[in-house]
Amino acid sequence: MSQGVVAITEQRDGRFRKVSYEVVSEGRRMADGLGCPLTAVIIGSGVDALAAQVKAYGPDTVVVLDAPELEDYRTDAYTNVLAGWLPTADPAVILTGATAQGKDLAARLAARLDAGLAMDCTAVALQGGVLTCTRPMFGGKIFAEIQIQGSPQIIAVRPNVMRITESPKESAVEKPAPQLGEIRTAVVAKMMETGSKVELTEADVIVSGGRGTGGKFAPIEDLAAALNGAVGASRSAVDEGWRKHGDQVGQTGKVVSPALYVACGISGAIQHLAGMSTSKVIVAINKDPEAPIFSKADYGAVGDIFQILPAVTAAVKKLKG
Amino acid sequence: MDIVVLVKQVPDTESLVQIAGDGVSIKKDDIKWIMNPYDELAVEEALRIKEAKGGTVTVLSVGAPKAQETIRTALAMGADKGLLVNDPQAEGGDALATARVLAAAIKKLPFDLIIAGQRAVDEDNYQVGAAVAEFLGIPHIALVNKVELLDGRIRCQRAVEGGAVVVEAPLPALFTTQRGLNEPRYASLPGIMKAKKKPLEVKTVVELGVDPARVGAAGRKVVVKALRLPPERKAVHMIPGDTPEAVATELVRVLHEEARLI
Repeated sequence: MSQGVVAITEQRDGRFRKVSYEVVSEGRRMADGLGCPLTAVIIGSGVDALAAQVKAYGPDTVVVLDAPELEDYRTDAYTNVLAGWLPTADPAVILTGATAQGKDLAARLAARLDAGLAMDCTAVALQGGVLTCTRPMFGGKIFAEIQIQGSPQIIAVRPNVMRITESPKESAVEKPAPQLGEIRTAVVAKMMETGSKVELTEADVIVSGGRGTGGKFAPIEDLAAALNGAVGASRSAVDEGWRKHGDQVGQTGKVVSPALYVACGISGAIQHLAGMSTSKVIVAINKDPEAPIFSKADYGAVGDIFQILPAVTAAVKKLKG
Repeated sequence: MDIVVLVKQVPDTESLVQIAGDGVSIKKDDIKWIMNPYDELAVEEALRIKEAKGGTVTVLSVGAPKAQETIRTALAMGADKGLLVNDPQAEGGDALATARVLAAAIKKLPFDLIIAGQRAVDEDNYQVGAAVAEFLGIPHIALVNKVELLDGRIRCQRAVEGGAVVVEAPLPALFTTQRGLNEPRYASLPGIMKAKKKPLEVKTVVELGVDPARVGAAGRKVVVKALRLPPERKAVHMIPGDTPEAVATELVRVLHEEARLI
């Protein structure tokens, strides 16, 4: 096996994150286009069972790098085992998700391998055997089309963008011994939010609030819950202390690409628009008909969010029965 | 504790960005330039550590002569000295090429800790901090919103999707900043006056002993073929209705029937 596509999946506590299916699906399309094999890589501790799940997305081979030391993501441990194993695969392209973990791993791995890295791509096109990646810059104010020289090429794709396609295969499963190398970092605590809260960057629906909420997010949370979505916030809402930093959408916060983005009481500062411009459909609700947010929205409603949102939530619940 | 802070001068996040005539770069005139917001967090954290533990804070950047403004801002906040690598050969590099220059400059400085922004909000590469640490052979921890210094180690709380993890690493180490780490101070007037007298060195690539073929535009592996503006959306469809209920009903109807999202 040589010069194939390697798709690096991401699991946490023995469960795949959604971006894993996106990465392997995109890897399958890319490998078909390039006429080369696709290998899906799973890294963790006691993660054998995940190999069967990833076969649904069509890898030719599944490689499981499993060791107790790999239970939690650590940059040095994960970089070491990948850099140790990758030469046997000799990939032309390494794909990963541009999550907190994937971005960090891709960055360190690129330096280790002296490989070009296209970070946070929203599209990858193949023409004449050459890959052209589209990646937002300036928080989405500009889109760059880039090509990577040399081999391997590392491409980190933005979560929630690449289409998930099932194409089950009887993939071979390999379990090479991980080469752990020197690990200097230690995870000493984990503080994860409990419950089934949807993560902003993975959410299909985001309902966001801005200054117009006056800090009252209850109607926004209610609508997000009715739509099984996540709650976001503008920078001013975060600066006011109404929401935590992790909720901030924008050029200096999270960049999101949900199917539906509902902006409530958000005027549309340029740095906020940058962070949500790749959403598929944008709805704006604002009492000011001149708010810049309407120029970037697909659907707009002028009015009081405290009157409209409860009515929207009720209508959604009625529709969903 | 000798701390090196990596900073970059970037266009103000409130500014419009326009594509230059060459189609592969942005128009650099008529833009307000600022210190990358994540680097402000890095400078602030370095100053707080220095205030608590003593030591020095050196601010390092690669860029045009104009980038000295950003270094001066950090000096006015309280950093001790600045170093700018300004060299036509270092210009136009991708993240790896830039990290190579930064790592070479750091190798000539005493350092226990390096602090960098998680990303620069211009090219959004999220790459330079990790690459500098790799080139220096030291551990790094990304997206840090809380820091504690222990004896010869650093303990960082790192923001991840759905929570946080706490990671320890031996010094020397590098970490990158996440919002929530601190509230950066403003430079005071006396600080600005003092900054004018603080040392700010300017060096070239050759002085750092870096192979010019591996840095700047010549060292690029990531080649920009074209820049374009985001696709324009169709004109907004304003939802009619005399009452909030009527607006809500119509909005949910179009999202269900036209957009097929609900």
